[in-house]
Amino acid sequence: MASEFFIPISFANELNLGIDSIVTNYGDQLHRVSEIMLQYLLVPLEHFLQSIPPWIILILVGLTSYHALRRPGLSVTFVFALYFIGCLGLWEKTIQTLNIMLVSIIICLVIGVPIGILMARTKWLSRLLLPVLDVMQTFPMFVYMLPAVMLFSIGKVPAVMATVIYALPPLIRLTELGINQVDEEAREAAWSFGTTRWQLLIWVQLPLARPSIMAGINQTTMLALAMVVVASMIGARGLGEDILHGLTNLDFGKGAHAGIAVVILAILIDRVTQAYGMNRRQRAQINQGSQA
Amino acid sequence: MSTSNISVRNIYKIFGIHTAAALDLLKQEKSKAEILAQTGCNVGLNNISLEIPEGKIFVIMGLSGSGKSTLVRHINRLIDPTRGEILIDDKNILAFNETELRDLRRHKISMVFQSFGLLPHWTVLDNSAFALLTRGEKKSTARQRAMESLKLVGLTDYAKYYPDQLSGGMRQRVGLARALTADTDIILMDEAFSALDPLIRGEMQEQLLDLEERLHKTIVFITHDLDEALRIGNQIAILWDGSLVQVGTPEDILQRPANDYVKRFVEKRVAA
Repeated sequence: MASEFFIPISFANELNLGIDSIVTNYGDQLHRVSEIMLQYLLVPLEHFLQSIPPWIILILVGLTSYHALRRPGLSVTFVFALYFIGCLGLWEKTIQTLNIMLVSIIICLVIGVPIGILMARTKWLSRLLLPVLDVMQTFPMFVYMLPAVMLFSIGKVPAVMATVIYALPPLIRLTELGINQVDEEAREAAWSFGTTRWQLLIWVQLPLARPSIMAGINQTTMLALAMVVVASMIGARGLGEDILHGLTNLDFGKGAHAGIAVVILAILIDRVTQAYGMNRRQRAQINQGSQA
Repeated sequence: MSTSNISVRNIYKIFGIHTAAALDLLKQEKSKAEILAQTGCNVGLNNISLEIPEGKIFVIMGLSGSGKSTLVRHINRLIDPTRGEILIDDKNILAFNETELRDLRRHKISMVFQSFGLLPHWTVLDNSAFALLTRGEKKSTARQRAMESLKLVGLTDYAKYYPDQLSGGMRQRVGLARALTADTDIILMDEAFSALDPLIRGEMQEQLLDLEERLHKTIVFITHDLDEALRIGNQIAILWDGSLVQVGTPEDILQRPANDYVKRFVEKRVAA
């Protein structure tokens, strides 16, 4: 019998007790962290975003996408697609979703890029963190959502935490990869002229790693967007709410509306961030190519 | 005009982990293959000593794998030796700390690379100004002096271009201009012209001789091409398999080759 062959092991109780003790001992502090994040980051940013008249956002999106892609037709399509989201009555929820995404991405950037740089520089750190990143990316999010809720209560904050855990790994990986792939002779040449480590990083490594880092930001953004539904399950407002509502009430139509909005956001953000992965001259060359 | 001499004394470079054991075997005159088999270490340089005089072009020649690129990287300590001493103006640079080393690289030695090593996102002008920007000089003065070096290599019209818009020969002239802007006493040139086609290469050699006549830098030039070595070198050192085979003037090399290895080089040239 298989059950006799395996030595029974369970540490579920210990983990539960551990989480419980953290909640009882540090609950107040964690609650304060949660409040600070809400008070200084999530709420003001959302107020700000909600206060901007939609037509200004449409114009900004049009201009930004034109600046990134230099394709007027595509920019107009993007603007109409966003307008369409508003027509579906989902403007406010889209902004809520964007808010959580933005904060998550900012946190990912602040944490991810420096860690990626450190990993490229220190082999042992890289070896130490790679399995951690694997775990972060593959561990079923529904498992760590529970402690996130227990520690930070429901709402936007645990949603951001869960999103960061899920969306951070590709940015770290691609930052490390990008810096490791920097042309050895360009690096050596700069170093031979007596650059400091900081000059080397700012002038040589980061700019040359930019395509890879932008690919990381692109991946992180896409993963963050994929988290909206999950975020709604732990009480964060936004497009995910409608999807969840559609799911639980067998309302396919309502879910589809929100689903379409997510797809539009995803394509828009994907194209713009990909375009910014290239530098100005590469973009100019591609456009000359497409016009010729 | 100040110039610098370089003195390389008994340099050993051994790649691997058990370098001490490998060094012992090397002193017992074991072959590279034996040492590799016994210790897993690769002997890169074997007891190299060179006196490089100031204000001249000194050529280090050898085939690929002979250790010449490794050797030249010791002079600005991109690579550190396993054993030995390197003196520049009678100061042992191996004793330098990080700041002194950075100063040495900023003010004393510049380098030109085989595949140029330019920054693709910087203009030709800014690439040429790199050394001064590294030292923290003002952008405007740095660019002004960079422009002067571009004039020396004949690239003023391309100042606003990016490296990928230039041909190989022009890119290497940017590499040379970058070294000239640094205005260091010593310029290391690692196979600087090897990636260029023969015609451009001849032009570049001429330009280098021209510049040297005016500027009197101490130039250490690495090449695998005997013709190039004979053409530009005041003195030539020939490396073979990590060891120094012969040092002498071009005439010495041609008329009194030290061994069969050098002789074969010379004969091939006569035949061609």
